[in-house]
Amino acid sequence: MTDGPASSAPRLDVERLRRDFPILAQTVRGRKLVFLDSGASAQKPRQVIEAMVRCMEERYANVHRGAYFLSEAATEAYEAARGAVARFLNAADPREVVFTRNSTEAINLVAHAWGRGVMRPGQAVLVSEMEHHANLVPWQMLRDDGRGIALRVCRVTDDGELDLEDLAAKLADGKVGLVAVTHMSNVLGTVTPAERIVAMAHAAGAKVLLDGSQAAVHRRVDVQAIGADFYCFTGHKLYGPTGIGVLWARLEHLDRMPPFLGGGDMIASVTLERSEWAPPPAKFEAGTPAIVEAVGLHAAVDYVTALGWPAIEAHERALVDRAMRRLSGIEGLRLLGRAQDRGGVFSFALDNAHPHDLSTLLDRAGIAVRAGRHCAEPLHARFGLEGGTCRASFGLYTTEEEVDFLAEALVKAREFFG
Amino acid sequence: MFDDLRDLYQEIILDHGRKPRNFRRLEDADLSARGDNPLCGDRMDLWLKMTPDGRIADAAFQGRGCAISMASASLMTETVKGKSAEQAKALGARFRELAMTGACPDCGDLAEEMERLQPLAGVHEFPSRVKCATLAWHTLNAALEGNKEASSE
Ligand SMILES: Cc1ncc(COP(=O)(O)O)c(C=O)c1O
Repeated sequence: MTDGPASSAPRLDVERLRRDFPILAQTVRGRKLVFLDSGASAQKPRQVIEAMVRCMEERYANVHRGAYFLSEAATEAYEAARGAVARFLNAADPREVVFTRNSTEAINLVAHAWGRGVMRPGQAVLVSEMEHHANLVPWQMLRDDGRGIALRVCRVTDDGELDLEDLAAKLADGKVGLVAVTHMSNVLGTVTPAERIVAMAHAAGAKVLLDGSQAAVHRRVDVQAIGADFYCFTGHKLYGPTGIGVLWARLEHLDRMPPFLGGGDMIASVTLERSEWAPPPAKFEAGTPAIVEAVGLHAAVDYVTALGWPAIEAHERALVDRAMRRLSGIEGLRLLGRAQDRGGVFSFALDNAHPHDLSTLLDRAGIAVRAGRHCAEPLHARFGLEGGTCRASFGLYTTEEEVDFLAEALVKAREFFG
Repeated sequence: MFDDLRDLYQEIILDHGRKPRNFRRLEDADLSARGDNPLCGDRMDLWLKMTPDGRIADAAFQGRGCAISMASASLMTETVKGKSAEQAKALGARFRELAMTGACPDCGDLAEEMERLQPLAGVHEFPSRVKCATLAWHTLNAALEGNKEASSE
């Protein structure tokens, strides 16, 4: 582990960008807020807030419906957001970007439209032990739907990495139709080897869905370079608003998939007897979409892009190195996951304090961490931590001083519980 | 850094949290229930042995959870022994009031029992933790009413 980023790497001016996030200025019971729960949902910069306000004050009407100025302006803004997301993911075509409510809805969309519409009886979906419930439960529901689709689970190693040998073994019979795995664990911080997974899956005749809910916040994502078939993320973790998420899928897949929800905006023509679907992405966006939220997401994507990935990734590496060094030195603290390639998410357990007691204590110091099982119960069971863990997760605005402060508070917390 | 938390985590709470009393399975129990807090993963099994005239002869529990929920269950099993089902339920109702508001103005007739539970009153200042303290009592209610499951959600 080295000290700080290479000298040539551009640096993030964290003190300055913190001023973009109005909420960070507040105090909690007289103490400076140390927000370490960005993995659950990130704070919003004023650029996002203002873009949404401006949309409602100046350019708001329903989209795709009215031949008047405001509706055209709103439609243009909504479609511009799609274009921005396409560039953000390096998608080949903006029509490959479907707006959803969040990652959960994006995955459910694939489970319905691909799982029920395209997959065949006898095929299987392969997930991993480290999935967020959002990328597990929809597949259990598909399995239990009586369509003859099985569910397989790839193991995670003791270090918290995807067990690639197990992955290969579970792909070997060629029955897996879809590999649905996380691109970055929301508990372990592990970044999974996306290209490798895609290569292995494609060689075995399987498509790949990557849950990028965490990864898209911490790494530059290039869906073409990765070669995935489906990729999803959720706006609110990327410094954008709640209520908007993204499913990216290859156009050829979207063309084959039946719709998910039916209603207005997703049809080409309707008679009382039948309807014809609109082409993608409209086919998958039934009803009035999250217009203002799409504009907010556009601003969020622009914000992150303007800071620049090299600087963001260097900042993240510095935080991760600092946290590894400080946290692994604390007596009685068990860190979950020691993956080689990891991002700024750390789950841990103290030997003498339950995670809820610990988070109440840390809250008193102004530190916001999440306690529980972080929507990953099977993973906690895998590591024998049914009672849960505390999780500190970092964002653009997280400082190395905050990581130090967390470490100091943990030492004191252990003393407190004796 | 954490001095003001001694109200919530009094020594007696930490002690009962670390070494819960009556932490065992009652093999010949007459009543039992499981309490679950699905959001945080706290879980406990409670067993009651009743006397022929309907009093709680013995109460014991096992489970996992934070210091508050373990201490609350431990103190509860100590407090309800010898009580009738009605008395135990009345205690539970008052305890919930204590946990939510920090006080129990009409606890006069149960003052002695409530005194033992007083160390948990501090939890009212922590809205997200009140359910940790009340899970044991929800579970007790369920057992007394012949239900097998209780949830503090
Ligand atoms: C890895 C991962 N997948 C999926 C989700 C679900 O995101 P959302 O609740 O926005 O749908 C989350 C966040 O909670 C996550 O961390």
